[in-house]
Amino acid sequence: MAYIKAISYYLPEQVMTNQQLLERFPEWNSDKVAQKIGVECRHVASAGETAGDMAEQAARRLMAEHNIAPESIDFLLLCTQSPDYFLPSTACVLQDRLGLPKSCGAFDFNLGCSGAIYGLAVAKGLIAAGVAHNVLLLTAETYTKYLHPDDKSNQTIFGDGAAACLVSGDGGFARIGEFVLGTDGSGANNLIVKSGASRQPQPTGQVVTDDEGHQWHDDYLYMNGGAIFNFTLDVVPPLIAELLAKHQLTRDDVDYYVFHQANKYMLETIRRFARLPQDKFYVNLQQTGNTVSSTVLIALSQCRDRLKSGDRVMLAGFGVGLSYGGTIIEVI
Amino acid sequence: MDINAFVEGFAQQFMDTDPSEITASTRFHDLEEWSSLTALCVIGFVRTECGKTITARELKDIDTVQDLYDLVQTL
Repeated sequence: MAYIKAISYYLPEQVMTNQQLLERFPEWNSDKVAQKIGVECRHVASAGETAGDMAEQAARRLMAEHNIAPESIDFLLLCTQSPDYFLPSTACVLQDRLGLPKSCGAFDFNLGCSGAIYGLAVAKGLIAAGVAHNVLLLTAETYTKYLHPDDKSNQTIFGDGAAACLVSGDGGFARIGEFVLGTDGSGANNLIVKSGASRQPQPTGQVVTDDEGHQWHDDYLYMNGGAIFNFTLDVVPPLIAELLAKHQLTRDDVDYYVFHQANKYMLETIRRFARLPQDKFYVNLQQTGNTVSSTVLIALSQCRDRLKSGDRVMLAGFGVGLSYGGTIIEVI
Repeated sequence: MDINAFVEGFAQQFMDTDPSEITASTRFHDLEEWSSLTALCVIGFVRTECGKTITARELKDIDTVQDLYDLVQTL
């Protein structure tokens, strides 16, 4: 058995409000967009602040807020697509910075919006195999550093942030159930930063206009919103059905749905399409924006007080890869 | 879904545009509110209400709501 023992999160100090975006993009209809996307402000990492720094802050909060001793942690997983270095793993750097034991295993894994789910799955696997007992799962992303200054669509949606979650074999507030995971790498180009790694080490300066009228810069983050949306609508309803079947549950047995907080419009469309009740479906990204791999853990932390013993919560993540995954947790 | 219901559903994807402004012959790219966000909403509408998948490129290559309806019928 593996349990979620505690969750904390960290948002960088600097905030970008819709008013500030409006000053940069005067043609932008901020009220309507805010209403549709559901974001009023997003936090932005400062120039020298990395995903590793934010993950450290989230982990320190977790340990302070939940009285967790660093010595008790025997594995560290960091989900990020903006690591501090090509090598070593930022997780290895964090083992030292957080004062975790040298007997602690540590590695990064590269996923985005599905990352928290995959992290829970790997943590559960490590515990089930007897490899580790207390796994510190960190998610941290600085997508805003990948955005072109003129890319108002993605600047509206994305915010930076980090989350920390202790997964333990010793009990906690929720037992982690079964997983459904999936990948469609044929959609890799639909959410990508093309240059800067081994395939294209140097910036190309190339830009084309995509079918949605967006500028697609090789050297910045590109997202084909329509393709990602179609992918999500294709995979999430079967994901829900498979998770229910694996747990031998019906929709009525699930008390809460906490999905990746992509944007309000997309979440509402998924909810209606999958026929999920509004009062059981968590939507809250007004003050954070889409923080990529951290949204599920941040949302779960935010709605923790609403959950009571015996509640079953379906978690799901979907996006860059393209990748998706889900699980059901049961509150103890 | 008949063309009238389709036009009505299409019009509901807009926030500022009066639904009466949108008919089967409306060239939707010319609407002031048309943007990548409304395009996304239309893609979602076609996927969820018609059960068909359209791409941004297909939307770009057609002119009117009737064209979109016709395209969806062929999928």
